[in-house]
Amino acid sequence: MGASAVNIVIGGEAGQGLVTVGEFLSRALVRAGYAIVVTQDYQSRIRGGHNTFAIRADSAPVVAPTEGIDLLVALSAETLDIHRSDLTDRALVLADAAHGLAGLPGLAVPYKELCPKPLYENMAALGVLGALLCLDPAWITGLIAEKFGRKGDEIVAANSQVFAAAMDWTIAQKAAFACLPPPEARGRRVMLHGNDAIALGGLAAGVDFCSFYPMTPGTSVIQTYIDHADRMGVVCEQAEDEIAAVIMAVGASYAGARPMVSTSGGGFALMVEGVSLSGMLETPVTIVVAQRPGPATGLPTRTEQADLDLVLSAGHGEFPRAIFAPGSVEQCFHLSYRAVDAAERFQSPVFILTDQFLADSFRDVAPFDLDSLPPVARPLTAVPDPAGYERYAVTGDGVSPRLIPGFCEATVVLDSDEHTPDGHITEDLGVRVTMQDKRMRKHDGLAKAALPPDVYGDPDNATLLTCWGSTLGAALEAAQALREKGEKAAVLHFSQVWPLTPDAFMPVLGQARRTVMVEGNFAGQLARLVRRETGYVFDGRVNRYDGLPFTAAYILERL
Amino acid sequence: MVTAQDYGEFETAWCPGCGNFSIRKAVVKALVELGLPPHKAVFSTGIGQAAKAPHYIRVNTLNGLHGRSLPAATGIRLANPELAVFAESGDGCSYGEGGNHFLAAIRRNVDITYIVHDNQVYGLTKGQASPTTPQGQQTKTQPHGAPSAAFNPVAVAVTMGASFVARGFAGEIDHLAGLIAAGARHPGFALIDVLQPCVSFNKVNTYAWYKERCYALGDDHDPTDFGAAMEKARQWGERIPIGILWKSDRPAFGAGAKAPLATREPDMGALREIIEGYA
Repeated sequence: MGASAVNIVIGGEAGQGLVTVGEFLSRALVRAGYAIVVTQDYQSRIRGGHNTFAIRADSAPVVAPTEGIDLLVALSAETLDIHRSDLTDRALVLADAAHGLAGLPGLAVPYKELCPKPLYENMAALGVLGALLCLDPAWITGLIAEKFGRKGDEIVAANSQVFAAAMDWTIAQKAAFACLPPPEARGRRVMLHGNDAIALGGLAAGVDFCSFYPMTPGTSVIQTYIDHADRMGVVCEQAEDEIAAVIMAVGASYAGARPMVSTSGGGFALMVEGVSLSGMLETPVTIVVAQRPGPATGLPTRTEQADLDLVLSAGHGEFPRAIFAPGSVEQCFHLSYRAVDAAERFQSPVFILTDQFLADSFRDVAPFDLDSLPPVARPLTAVPDPAGYERYAVTGDGVSPRLIPGFCEATVVLDSDEHTPDGHITEDLGVRVTMQDKRMRKHDGLAKAALPPDVYGDPDNATLLTCWGSTLGAALEAAQALREKGEKAAVLHFSQVWPLTPDAFMPVLGQARRTVMVEGNFAGQLARLVRRETGYVFDGRVNRYDGLPFTAAYILERL
Repeated sequence: MVTAQDYGEFETAWCPGCGNFSIRKAVVKALVELGLPPHKAVFSTGIGQAAKAPHYIRVNTLNGLHGRSLPAATGIRLANPELAVFAESGDGCSYGEGGNHFLAAIRRNVDITYIVHDNQVYGLTKGQASPTTPQGQQTKTQPHGAPSAAFNPVAVAVTMGASFVARGFAGEIDHLAGLIAAGARHPGFALIDVLQPCVSFNKVNTYAWYKERCYALGDDHDPTDFGAAMEKARQWGERIPIGILWKSDRPAFGAGAKAPLATREPDMGALREIIEGYA
């Protein structure tokens, strides 16, 4: 990494405030104009253990995490032992003087002297980091005033004093660490993690109903809705279990809400009957599955991309669906918006497949342009002939007029049994075939509307790193590294993994010299899906399933 | 003016003599009494013979999955407070598969009228014990008798502080219609457990058996007296009380939409400010 960038890792026990330090610094860096990629690694516990908050900051755009640590903030003695081997040549360690530096280059910070109470150690750490990065202190003092303002001027002053004292102390140490150069001008940025952006995309699309059962790392989508629920008029209800959460969403959707449900693999396993119900009732539901390693409880707070097979086949019987897989925070927003629209338009369950890494990864993004968003499909509140209304009228594209009950004199009848066009239960096997054909015709519409994978770089005669979802950034960086070594390299990224668009991507695969599927699971689930649908076999595969996100180095070592 | 004709006439898939016919009559009578036009009422049902009920009444219907009538009804009610929401299903669907939802619905107190056809047996799957089958009663799949103690839905609901708990009998149509209408008028979750014979699979709890035992609670029963309510909720055997067992003025669930969500559009100006707030 050049001197234009820095990789800062804050390590310590849960409950020590490392997320506070990390979020403060990340936000200050974004406000100062720097690009960031945050990676949060934490254990499934409330106190203790070893957690890290890593910020890769750059004066130029940055898209993925990296491994070498330039600044290691050790809030616990254990942090030094765990990350000793990750330090770069120029690295500095910032450790509590009470623990010492264990022979590593760095600063032994006298937290006891700098802080009137241990509570202020976070501010001292920020002061040290701010000084080393040559960050204008106003970015941090401004945040202190915002964050602690409602606790009173005294608290703001006390925090600011500790921050300033720690900055002064650091400057006096004359530590040799290169300042971050001034950032490239990029206009105003905001700081969001992937799950924030999914919720904001949903809000833009009119999501107004969230029924949920808490499960990491899916919960933060819901938390973002809850944070803005009063202002945006979103009904949020914590259900008794995931089954109720998804069925409530189906009920609300029938009554005219635009619901979003968010969970992780284990919770989604419970929702599966509701997915099938949504398919049969043709009632739109958008479901976020934030993946973490399984099977069963697996690694509850780590990342993986191993639920593609599950989401692709979830639900008994056959019915159409779409699955989006955002590769960046911007894509989280735009694909969430698109998913809600697709669910409404095709009256089907639609999925957003993300993962813990992207869910928790704060990035700097330009505020989304709300004016350029296309309109979202809406159901009907009136029909021309209420007495003759048929919820499941047989149509050429399989999409029937969807009336919301209660607004006109027609009654709206939905049935999970096979049903006649007017929604009533039937065992007429001819009707069965007609209705199944009608439902499945919606797949053709979903396939036509599907996003083809994005091509980054020139695939001609190149090594083509193919990936989906959050692996995008690491793949882009790996391809860049190959090009810097003189090798032709490009990336093919699937931001939608169902329905596939072989007509669009088969020629790209054909152009490449060597194709490698890079995905965060053991079995190579997208590689298998592409083979099933097209017969195409990738030349190679890189898989990761140790709970950590991909980095360029991880990919390059295995090519 | 709403009449019984507005709710239509349909051919059913029920056994001749089934208690469901009487319950259907009582439901229609209650809807007429309430003056609810068909398009303003929604019925959410699960799976089983009872759950087919709204196919035989002209109303808005979500005939969903086994055990899930309440979560769907909850979603409907939270999305549109202007609809009269009913959930209807059998004892297996409501108290077995949907048990957790039953407990949660009592706690939430969402304005839903819950009509449970309680015939103490699984009918559609042909005669297995249900949660309300008396312990020891023999069935084809429990040949040595139902091994577990029976679930008492009304006693559980009273204990949990449900806001409206009633027991009806399919053989007393007018009385049952009155209970359903009272439950629908009650602002909050109203449980109406309806005792009903299963002519095909329950040879013990027959019409005659119930006729002999059921008696209507009179003015001497105070449904706001917890002790009296518990006593009546637990009374079973030679004498079985029907009527409103328990009622309270617990506030109904307040966290749903205040106006139908279907007619709202997102406030993009507010959203723009929210996004800017992430700087």
